[in-house]
Amino acid sequence: MTRITLAKGLNAGLRAALEADPKVLIMGEDVGKLGGVFRITDGLQKDFGEDRVIDTPLAESGILGTAVGLAMRGYRPVCEIQFDGFVYPAYDQIVSQVAKIHFRSQGRIRMPLVIRIPFGGGIGAVEHHSESPEAQFAHTPGLKVVSCSNPVDGYWMIQQAIQSDDPIVFLEPKRQYHADKAELDETLQPEPLFSSRIVREGGDLTLLAYGPMVKTCLASAEAAAGEGRSIEVIDLRTLSPLDMGPVFASVRKTGRAVVAHEAHVNLGMGSEVAARITEECFYALEAPVLRVGGFDTPYPPSRIEEDYLPDLDRVLDAVDRSFAY
Amino acid sequence: MSENAVPTANGEFGPRLGEVFGPSHADGGPELVQLLTPEGERVEHQDFTLDLGDEEDEAIKGFYRDMVLTRRIDTEATALQRHGELGIWAQLLGQEAAQIGSGRALRPQDFVFPTYREHGVAYCRDVDPLRLLGLFRGVDQGGWDPNEGNFGLYTIVIGAQTLHAVGYAMGMQRDGVVGTGDPERDAAVVAYFGDGASSQGDVNESFIFAASYNAPVVFFCQNNQWAISEPIERQSRIPLYQRALGFGFPGVRVDGNDVLACYAVTQAALRRAREGSGPTLVEAYTYRMGAHTTTDDPTRYRLSSDLEHWKLKDPIARLKAYLTRNGVVEDDFFAGIEDEAEKLGEHLREGCKALPEPSPLSIFDQVYVDQTPELAAQKVGFAAYLESFEGGVPTGSTTGIGAH
Repeated sequence: MTRITLAKGLNAGLRAALEADPKVLIMGEDVGKLGGVFRITDGLQKDFGEDRVIDTPLAESGILGTAVGLAMRGYRPVCEIQFDGFVYPAYDQIVSQVAKIHFRSQGRIRMPLVIRIPFGGGIGAVEHHSESPEAQFAHTPGLKVVSCSNPVDGYWMIQQAIQSDDPIVFLEPKRQYHADKAELDETLQPEPLFSSRIVREGGDLTLLAYGPMVKTCLASAEAAAGEGRSIEVIDLRTLSPLDMGPVFASVRKTGRAVVAHEAHVNLGMGSEVAARITEECFYALEAPVLRVGGFDTPYPPSRIEEDYLPDLDRVLDAVDRSFAY
Repeated sequence: MSENAVPTANGEFGPRLGEVFGPSHADGGPELVQLLTPEGERVEHQDFTLDLGDEEDEAIKGFYRDMVLTRRIDTEATALQRHGELGIWAQLLGQEAAQIGSGRALRPQDFVFPTYREHGVAYCRDVDPLRLLGLFRGVDQGGWDPNEGNFGLYTIVIGAQTLHAVGYAMGMQRDGVVGTGDPERDAAVVAYFGDGASSQGDVNESFIFAASYNAPVVFFCQNNQWAISEPIERQSRIPLYQRALGFGFPGVRVDGNDVLACYAVTQAALRRAREGSGPTLVEAYTYRMGAHTTTDDPTRYRLSSDLEHWKLKDPIARLKAYLTRNGVVEDDFFAGIEDEAEKLGEHLREGCKALPEPSPLSIFDQVYVDQTPELAAQKVGFAAYLESFEGGVPTGSTTGIGAH
């Protein structure tokens, strides 16, 4: 048992994947000698060589496009996109090629590649370094989208994603990379990758989150408990496909749901989650499903990002509105 | 005062700044590698020799047959589109030599990444042309197995496949099938693209990645002069092959209507790639004698005199002139190939109409290797919806089961 950060968990998970399967490759900008700008791939090139941990030219479409070819040749590339806002030059390769090749080839070609994206804000960065593009990928048939929220999930989920024969967009909450430590027991069996998980039990309201907002929502639930409200928090973990079973069961119990994410509310993940809860749990609901998220603006300058990002108070405000119904 | 002089800030006259950095391209005009003139005369080139083994005449006759059959695939598919059997067809008329010359230089272990116009290369890789028709008829999006003939799926997004080619070649490097010296083992990749695609970021990124990793790739650009309505001058101010040097690998321009030169140059580039010497850009200088696709109307943007000029350089006519003049072929050679072409035409006409219609329910099964519960549920729901109609077809459906 060791206490690790999310960065260490991901690093250990990548190392385990490289050790387990010689076809696993890591590729991206600065992932080699430097170990990545967040040090997630620290030390891996030294141990696995330049042919397996590949420093690429600075061209995101090139990274994803060559990863497609490597996957066709039988490799399992893990592509690092340096920051969320830099993924768009690769958008065509991801949406038109990676996502569709298995379908277009009638299942003859598999795309077992992982696209790692550090996402979300809160690190005081300049523009294009704090975005939450998950809905764009979850809206794309052929991709699967997951997000880890803590060090232990980071360790297991990255390995599970690499083992998947389908392409996976793997979203890492960058402000959590070096934040909290957790106990990792490598002997435990991980939960399935495409599963949501109750991270705090409660009976009065269901609070749904993923990635960086899980920590915020747990803090919100703790604060609400002081006011006598028992809030259940669910870490969605998988955004496409969504694992709604535990969510439906929870909402049928509580009758109220709030979904929170950093991404813009308009057509964000919360919209889909709210629609599905409404379809499945209509008669159990005491209030409309409420969404808390970023505003429908571009990500703002960092000096006001804490105003933009949904925080404990904004989540509790939504909780209050739900109970006011 | 020279007309190249312009006023400077202090009122004096200096050289025009446009001249300060020197010329913007390497030389006045490109050299074209040619081994067979438009009149069908064999010529030699100092750098590229024709290496067809012991049976040179037979190989050249084979090229002729390949080109005639390829043209027949094209004309037959065009006719099928006119008869409403295909939604659209991308014509290759005039590009037979570029495709057969390069396609026949491939070895079985090489891999091809095509655009959507490489019908002749597909033929070289033993893809049944009927499979090509499926895409244009709308019954599938690529009905052949890319791993069977090492021929990738047609790629509609211009230039995207050139990056796949480089990645595949990087995989070959890691598999130890480059530069071993064993001709049965060493392999390379050919990335096909056109003059229009040369403007795409992906093509330029593929050049950068290939150069950086010294990947075993031949970039085979068919410069057919036209990207739908846009002439080559809109894409490039220099001959395309010269761009390669800027990326750090060699480029060469070959007469794209000369099947012998296309074969010789591609073979050399492939050998270079297989031995581990890195990428090459081959610009096959040719002409799109047909339309971009069957929905295009070239009379709106180009002169018919251009077409007449290029007809004189027809790749099939020049090889026929060579074969006839040199007494290489028997009397019944051309008639025999015509018979073959007739049979191929019949195969396409009959086979096209018999291509099985896809089932609406089939779309759910190949989105993922591991189907999601969401998709499985959608399939069940859609099946029940279809079942609720008599005969399983919604009223007014034009695409459902049994509509044909």
